[in-house]
Amino acid sequence: MALFFKLAPTSGQPLYLQLMQQIRHGAETGALLDGDQLPGIRTLAEELIVSPNTVAKAYSELEHEGLLELRQGSGAFICVKRRTQSLTDRVQASRRKLRDLIDQLREAGLLDEEIHRAFEAELTHPVLAVKKR
Amino acid sequence: MTDEFVIVTQALSKSYGHSEAVRALDLSVGRGRITAFLGRNGAGKSTTIKMLLGMIRPTSGSGTVLGNVINDSKESVALRRRVAYVAEDKPLYGYMTVEQIVRFARSFYADWRIDSEKQLLRDCELPLRRKVKSLSKGMRTKLALLLAFARRPDLIILDEPSEGLDPVATEYLLQSLVARASEGSSVFFSSHQISEVERVADHVCILEKGALLMDASLDSLRESYRRIDLVFPALPAEREFRISGVQRIQTSGRQMSVFASNNADEVIERAHGLSVVSVNVTPIGLRDIFLETVKENERALV
Repeated sequence: MALFFKLAPTSGQPLYLQLMQQIRHGAETGALLDGDQLPGIRTLAEELIVSPNTVAKAYSELEHEGLLELRQGSGAFICVKRRTQSLTDRVQASRRKLRDLIDQLREAGLLDEEIHRAFEAELTHPVLAVKKR
Repeated sequence: MTDEFVIVTQALSKSYGHSEAVRALDLSVGRGRITAFLGRNGAGKSTTIKMLLGMIRPTSGSGTVLGNVINDSKESVALRRRVAYVAEDKPLYGYMTVEQIVRFARSFYADWRIDSEKQLLRDCELPLRRKVKSLSKGMRTKLALLLAFARRPDLIILDEPSEGLDPVATEYLLQSLVARASEGSSVFFSSHQISEVERVADHVCILEKGALLMDASLDSLRESYRRIDLVFPALPAEREFRISGVQRIQTSGRQMSVFASNNADEVIERAHGLSVVSVNVTPIGLRDIFLETVKENERALV
């Protein structure tokens, strides 16, 4: 497998979410292409030395999102539709917005350290933040 | 109930004279999961495990393992056929050679898998002709684990499996454990090695002084435990932050450090209401959760 997943057990984020993000990131950056096969649940669990439930949950959530297709007995396949590809554009666009915002914050006299902390504090509970909207 | 859980105990207790080794333990271990049984030395982990397997008679309370009642001698035999157990001290017949003991164990179990046995023997590089009594501690542990992992049991119970293993062998142990879980075995293992628990377990039960202090999924712990470091222009009263989920507050000058098992966003919200200057949120690893939970328990007992 060409992808190198790295899970950080102490990072404060469930391992299955970390794995989902890394697969999603792989698809967004083109490291994973449409039709690419991911290792089976057992293989990946053994490779990463995490519970098979972690991999199974990540795979099934990604299937739900439409990024993975699980074929019985033969594994998981990346399925990058146009919708997901436009995500790449959205990521590019947000990057520009983010840069502008950071420039403004720097101009306002905030140090990078402080900006970093402020972002992290605002991102603490993403699930709740979504609910509030 | 028995479908969902492989181990269930109700008020399980064991006393030796005046000392209570296990106190009114209500344990539920989920099927198809890797559950870690975490606790200090002497917390009562081995005593609990031995009661589950019918090796120690409980003083009071009851329990089932795979639906079999633990203090019924007939059912206890039945459950031991379906459970692979590796004891803490890895007792093995010293006069047998590695090859002999593998053959001996194979004859007992219907769920023995010859292909796994071959694979494990190859991977573990055990000297087949050597007598068990002259194996090193690490080799002995590997052999004891091999005898459990060569089977396809419904449940694997391991008591301090990594004790005495070097890092390479520990890695192999965890990998084998993941492999068995992938094949459908539920796993319950005791440990005080937090870093290995943190990687591989779905669920963690913390035992301290014979009592269950925590029973939670690692994902929920990762999501909810936060340390929030705050700096204020003028330090507000601590009571402003005494909300549910806040376990401990420390202050120094204008700084406040809040240890929260939950509700971190509410803490941050309140801090903003009190014109906080700086907010720093960091996740808390299992090591600190463990230490903090044990410490809090001690404070509560005083």
